Amino acid sequence: MTRKQRRGILIGAGVAILSVAAILVMFAFRSSIVFFHTPSDIATSKVPAGQRIRLGGLVEKGSVVRGEGTHVKFAVTDTLQTIPVSFSGILPDLFREGQGVVAEGRIEPDGHFAADSVLAKHDETYMPPEVAKALKEKGVTLGEGATHETKAAGETASP
Amino acid sequence: MITELGHFALILAVLVAAVQMVVPALGAYQRDARLMSVAEPAALSQLTLLTFAFLALMHAYVTSDFSVANVATNSHSTKPLLYKISGVWGNHEGSMLLWVLILAIFGAAVALFGRNLPATLRANVLSVQASIAVAFGLFILLTSNPFVRLEPAPFDGRGLNPILQDPALSFHPPFLYMGYVGFSMAFSFAIAALIEGRTDAAWARWVRPWTLLAWMCLTIGIAMGSWWAYYELGWGGWWFWDPVENASFMPWLAGTALLHSALVMEKRDALKVWTVLLAILTFSMSLMGTFLVRSGVLSSVHAFAVDPQRGVFVLAIMVLFTGGGLALFAYRARELRQGGIFAPISREGALVLNNILLTTACATVLVGTLYPLALESLTGEKISVGAPYFNMTFGPLMLPLLLAMPFGPYLAWKRGDVYAAAQRLFVAALVAIAAIAVTFAVTKPGPWLAPFGIAIGVWVMAGAISELLFRAKAGNANLEEVLRRLRNLPRSVFGTALAHFGVGMMVIGIIATSAYQTERVLLMKVGDTVDVAGYALTFNGAKAGQGPNYKEQIGSFTVQRDGAPVTTLQPEKRLYDAPPQPTTEAGIYNAWTGDLYVVLGDEQTSGGWAVRAYFHPFVRFIWLGALVMFIAGAVSLSDRRLRVGAPQRARRSPAAVPAE
Repeated sequence: MTRKQRRGILIGAGVAILSVAAILVMFAFRSSIVFFHTPSDIATSKVPAGQRIRLGGLVEKGSVVRGEGTHVKFAVTDTLQTIPVSFSGILPDLFREGQGVVAEGRIEPDGHFAADSVLAKHDETYMPPEVAKALKEKGVTLGEGATHETKAAGETASP
Repeated sequence: MITELGHFALILAVLVAAVQMVVPALGAYQRDARLMSVAEPAALSQLTLLTFAFLALMHAYVTSDFSVANVATNSHSTKPLLYKISGVWGNHEGSMLLWVLILAIFGAAVALFGRNLPATLRANVLSVQASIAVAFGLFILLTSNPFVRLEPAPFDGRGLNPILQDPALSFHPPFLYMGYVGFSMAFSFAIAALIEGRTDAAWARWVRPWTLLAWMCLTIGIAMGSWWAYYELGWGGWWFWDPVENASFMPWLAGTALLHSALVMEKRDALKVWTVLLAILTFSMSLMGTFLVRSGVLSSVHAFAVDPQRGVFVLAIMVLFTGGGLALFAYRARELRQGGIFAPISREGALVLNNILLTTACATVLVGTLYPLALESLTGEKISVGAPYFNMTFGPLMLPLLLAMPFGPYLAWKRGDVYAAAQRLFVAALVAIAAIAVTFAVTKPGPWLAPFGIAIGVWVMAGAISELLFRAKAGNANLEEVLRRLRNLPRSVFGTALAHFGVGMMVIGIIATSAYQTERVLLMKVGDTVDVAGYALTFNGAKAGQGPNYKEQIGSFTVQRDGAPVTTLQPEKRLYDAPPQPTTEAGIYNAWTGDLYVVLGDEQTSGGWAVRAYFHPFVRFIWLGALVMFIAGAVSLSDRRLRVGAPQRARRSPAAVPAE
């Protein structure tokens, strides 16, 4: 084998593996990407039902209702539109009424959002940037939303 | 006053670095020994000045000097001392100071231990190293100065994010930075080699220990971060494919590839051009990681900085060094003469396969990390690329790597024999097949693919052991003889075997905990019992408590197995005083077979508590595997041939490694 042939084999192997990877990447992008939407997007039906999405906004004040076991219902709002959300599990430490939240899941045929994971980021002053930006676009000013009920949280954040 | 001196020392350090950047390189160009000799005192004084600056900031933290803005924003007088100290790098400004300090440590190490390097190479390396220091020094001074004062000084600080108040996380950033910044050595050597238009085995022998050291630190740093996320974030995940994690993982992948290709270059003088390119790319990945984390482009807990000015600055640094490095590479690479040739089936060939797979994997991670950022900035669409993407792309690329891994060390340099290697791996294959059967038997009914995953981990581990035994000629000699042979094997052989063994452990941990995890989320009242993977967990209630700087609710669970008491777990929910933020402390019982992991949720209005309980089988193998890899690196580093500063001596006694 000449040096050229040997190098050819190596380059061939590299190209082959890279192409496999590229195909994998394309498939993975097609099937596993999750889009982020606000309640207004959903109300204006920009989102096909049944598609897996991330829903971001504020947890509407007074909307949190704990049900049987670890079931919980709350509403996510961008102050223009509100979407009811159901979730089963333990809410993150920073889940609080009036604060930013991102829920991942699907819109059910009845219009409510079935979340299988809820994220509230681990920083008291932190608003998920996509939420902050989306709210800003909708003309909502956040103002004092991020100041916190220091004392109340001590007795667990329940309604 | 000390703070101002620290600020002043930082400014001086940048000026010294600027001198070190220009003068020695000029000296190397003109072959002027006097100009080149500036490098060593410059590197050492740079280190001294930065150490002083860093200690000055630490002093402000320890004495809780809240007139320093950085301290006021990130510290609090009631914080325990350890977290006052770790608070120095628990924020953007301080961590950048740590970054340049570590850079200076590596630079000073070349100055001190590199006296037997060719003079021009050393001068050029130190110049390149200094140029990185200048860039990041200016970045700190112009956009992220930790020494800025406040007027008036607040009465107390705002505190460190409580989830960062944790021993493992205190040491996570220094190790991570040792890794990130350590790769700058490989970069500086690569650029110096391109400037000189010359690389040889001695070059690789120099680059390898530094790369190995950086790789070790990065490995353990990433593992610490993962372990912390596991026990602190309260849902027992150990890796989230979060962009910040990827930011540290990409340099690790590229660095692992670099370690292996530098091996080929050192032993066989081949793959020169590729190794130099990989050295540039590895450090580029470090810069990319620094950019992602430090610029605030990501929405993540690690992104402290949300300041576009900084982002643009780091981006400019990244583009300058990556682009400059690659441009120089394109211009000069053909000057590097080709070295030894080898057949596709050979040790070199195996290492090339390793390199192709690792760099491709790194590329898929890069695409998955950057795509959402690119899409959002181009179209405004917001997406998240999560674990499913990475499992689909990264996983399949690791499969051939792991399957081929045990073959590598069995193949001879230049031309190998796969059949002979396969024969020698026969026992390892049998062990792996047995592992499939055992896993099926123990776990049925379970996911049918998982036993094969476990078997791959076992295959890698058994392959590593069998290689050592083969080299010691176990089976052909008595025990004493085998032990003597094992003792006489070069340490780097042990290092390789041990590192591969660690990878196998990690695979087993990952597969077992992903496939066989048990999860229970439920409402528990006092006296309730729940079964989790054979453990009976009884809730005894929760009581309030008080820590040094937090209030807490402590739950109590009795754990029994087959009626016999095992332990009591006390998961906590804490509310920190400053900043007021709740955190979760999981209660974890560790057995060899896995972790029982209990989290206390919210108290329910209807009475009782929400409780989440997991069993994570063999999850500790993930971090133990990383620890084994770290130790393997240390063993390898202790090999005399690799000892930093000993390349010349080693050169006189070649053939230290049996060529099979």
